[in-house]
Amino acid sequence: MKINSYLLSILVDDEPGVLSRISGLFSGRGFNIDSLSVAKTADQNVSRVTMVTKCDAHIIEQIKKQLNKLINVITVNDLTDKKYVQRELSLIKVNAQPEKKAEILRIVDIFRCKIVDVGLSHYTIEVSGDREKQDAILSLLKPMGIIEIASTGAIALARENA
Amino acid sequence: MKLTGAQILIKMIRAEGIDTIFGYPGGAVIDIYDALAKQNGLKHILVRHEQGAVHAADGYARANKSVGVALVTSGPGATNTVTGIASAYLDSIPMVVFTGQVPTALIGNDAFQEVDIVGITRPCTKHNYLVKDVSKMAATIKEAFHLARSGRPGPVLVDLPKDIVQTAVEFKEPKEIVLKSYRPNYKPNKKQLAKVVEAIARAKRPVIFAGGGVILSQASEQLTQLARMTNIPVTASLMGLGAFPGSDPLWLGMLGMHGTYRANMSIGNCDLMIAAGVRFDDRVTGNVKKFAPDARIVQIDIDPTSIHKNIEVQCPIVADCKTALEGIIELIKEKDAASFSPDTTAWHKQIAEWKKTAPLKYEQGKDVIKPQFVVEKLFEVTRGEAIITTEVGQNQMWAAQYYHFDKPNHFITSGGLGVMGFGLPAAIGAKAACPDKIVVDVAGDGSIQMNIQELMTAVESKIDVKIVILNNQYLGMVRQWQELFYNKNYSSTNMENAPDFVKLAQAYGATGLRCTKPEDVEATLLKGLNTPGTVIMDFAVDREESVYPMVPAGGAITEMLLV
Ligand SMILES: Cc1ncc(C[n+]2csc(CCOP(=O)(O)OP(=O)(O)O)c2C)c(N)n1
Ligand SMILES: [Mg+2]
Repeated sequence: MKINSYLLSILVDDEPGVLSRISGLFSGRGFNIDSLSVAKTADQNVSRVTMVTKCDAHIIEQIKKQLNKLINVITVNDLTDKKYVQRELSLIKVNAQPEKKAEILRIVDIFRCKIVDVGLSHYTIEVSGDREKQDAILSLLKPMGIIEIASTGAIALARENA
Repeated sequence: MKLTGAQILIKMIRAEGIDTIFGYPGGAVIDIYDALAKQNGLKHILVRHEQGAVHAADGYARANKSVGVALVTSGPGATNTVTGIASAYLDSIPMVVFTGQVPTALIGNDAFQEVDIVGITRPCTKHNYLVKDVSKMAATIKEAFHLARSGRPGPVLVDLPKDIVQTAVEFKEPKEIVLKSYRPNYKPNKKQLAKVVEAIARAKRPVIFAGGGVILSQASEQLTQLARMTNIPVTASLMGLGAFPGSDPLWLGMLGMHGTYRANMSIGNCDLMIAAGVRFDDRVTGNVKKFAPDARIVQIDIDPTSIHKNIEVQCPIVADCKTALEGIIELIKEKDAASFSPDTTAWHKQIAEWKKTAPLKYEQGKDVIKPQFVVEKLFEVTRGEAIITTEVGQNQMWAAQYYHFDKPNHFITSGGLGVMGFGLPAAIGAKAACPDKIVVDVAGDGSIQMNIQELMTAVESKIDVKIVILNNQYLGMVRQWQELFYNKNYSSTNMENAPDFVKLAQAYGATGLRCTKPEDVEATLLKGLNTPGTVIMDFAVDREESVYPMVPAGGAITEMLLV
């Protein structure tokens, strides 16, 4: 079967153990998690889990049903085929040798990123955008020598009708 | 009125209409036991091992059509419940397990007898709770019972720290449970029901396949009515036995690995399958690619995850089995006989052929007792009225094949997990729920040793259970696989070194009987069943008898090894 990437937006009760119920469900049933991000919503008692998972169409149906079956899961919204806005944030610490500095700055400028930390021989760059943008800037920065990366998983919200 | 957590617990269990619980004390629950001894509305049965308490609660729940309750201490008491909880989870049995926990201030410190039982049981409970505030105790317990019994039932665990049960608060009746994230769908979609009726009208080779869900939703009457009004033959999974009368001419016998030839052939060749309350376990489907290849499948289940999990179905109905079956029956009643008279004559003729080709059979000679003969005689002398629990292995399959269950809630077995040691404590639970019934554990010589300590529970609490050991001095089911698939290399399955079960029974204050000759089988059963108190009947049976028919694991269910 064809493997796709799915984007799920899940509202859960903000209770201890909820995340472990979700991750336990995935590990126990052999589903994979590509990325996961969790934070409170405007409602103090509710958190939003945004998850990217790669699987086939049959498995995603099971995943959604199994998630819904968890008592603390309020709704599961599959954004994959809907209209949504999605962001990911990365911090990229890159080697900045004097002869490369100008080029790095140009890349940062083109991609409308920010430099958030500067050292004698490094820059730390903040990139926000979708996965493609992240991949694109990474491939350009790679030749400079990447020291470290920290990334959030994807977060997303469905678009409302204008 | 101020009540301690312990008193609230007892009050809330009683409010659920439960009269008996099963448990074992310890430091973390000593306050609950103190409170239990000072009241008489809730009976507590002291088991001899916490696993026994959980299986007993399981047996109680099934026989009583209600929720079973177990109470144990923290740490080892809690970990000892895990097998029983996992069994109840796989069989969807409504149950609430209360575990003691170290005081809240010590949680997370590796305190004496502390384990994270909520973490351990997360994947094998429907839901679980750690109560951290005594004012939430009553509501949490109410919610636990609500979850255990509603929707697809299952075990729920509530972890109770010692300081919480000690603390007294003003008791307030908890409000009705409303969970925004939990609303099981009981009502079927009308359009889907109409499709079923159309499908029945068109079908030439229909079969009904009943599972444990029919028994859980108490829909046996509706299922039977539907089968009879449409003249559709019925098979069932192990968990569904009793959902349809075993004495009815439409009964095909059990389906699956040790199902009857005609049941498996019917499923293999049907053009319409109405599956109710089943989850298409691999023991039923065999090779899924070759399972019911020609069938349009209707699947009724309250749990959406059961649908399209192992088997693609054409007509899913997410609903309570009983409500859905009632709906189908109503729609059929509205049709006039002329427009609704499916022609299935040829199909019934074919099934009769299959029945003749390969019926369940064994030959009882003069010398050695056949295990099937013991179960058949047990069926006769109890007139099919007994509640039968089983251990696991050949004994379980022979009980399923040869005790022809006519009624639901009379066959209690660990179906999904297959727990050796289940039968005796489950029998105690069933008997506690139904004191007027004869309750018999059909046991194997291996399995019975796994929770044999519960004999003491039965004797002490005067819960008379009868144990029929089909003693083949083998871990027979494993031996059977070794015979068939491992060149008779009987590695670690010989059980010749066993206790003398007659003396063992006596040592516990029960009665022990032994039977070694075919001609004494009936007399031994009659004597054992008529002897008051708990009785072990130890039948020395043919050592290398195997369970047939059999579908080798992974094979198509229509490709059976017959005798
Ligand atoms: C707790 C547990 N351990 C191991 C098994 C694997 N197992 C399945 S059947 C069986 C043999 C059971 O022997 P016995 O109780 O004598 O029953 P028989 O098959 O001989 O009737 C075993 C070991 C199991 N089902 N449960
Ligand atoms: Mg045996």
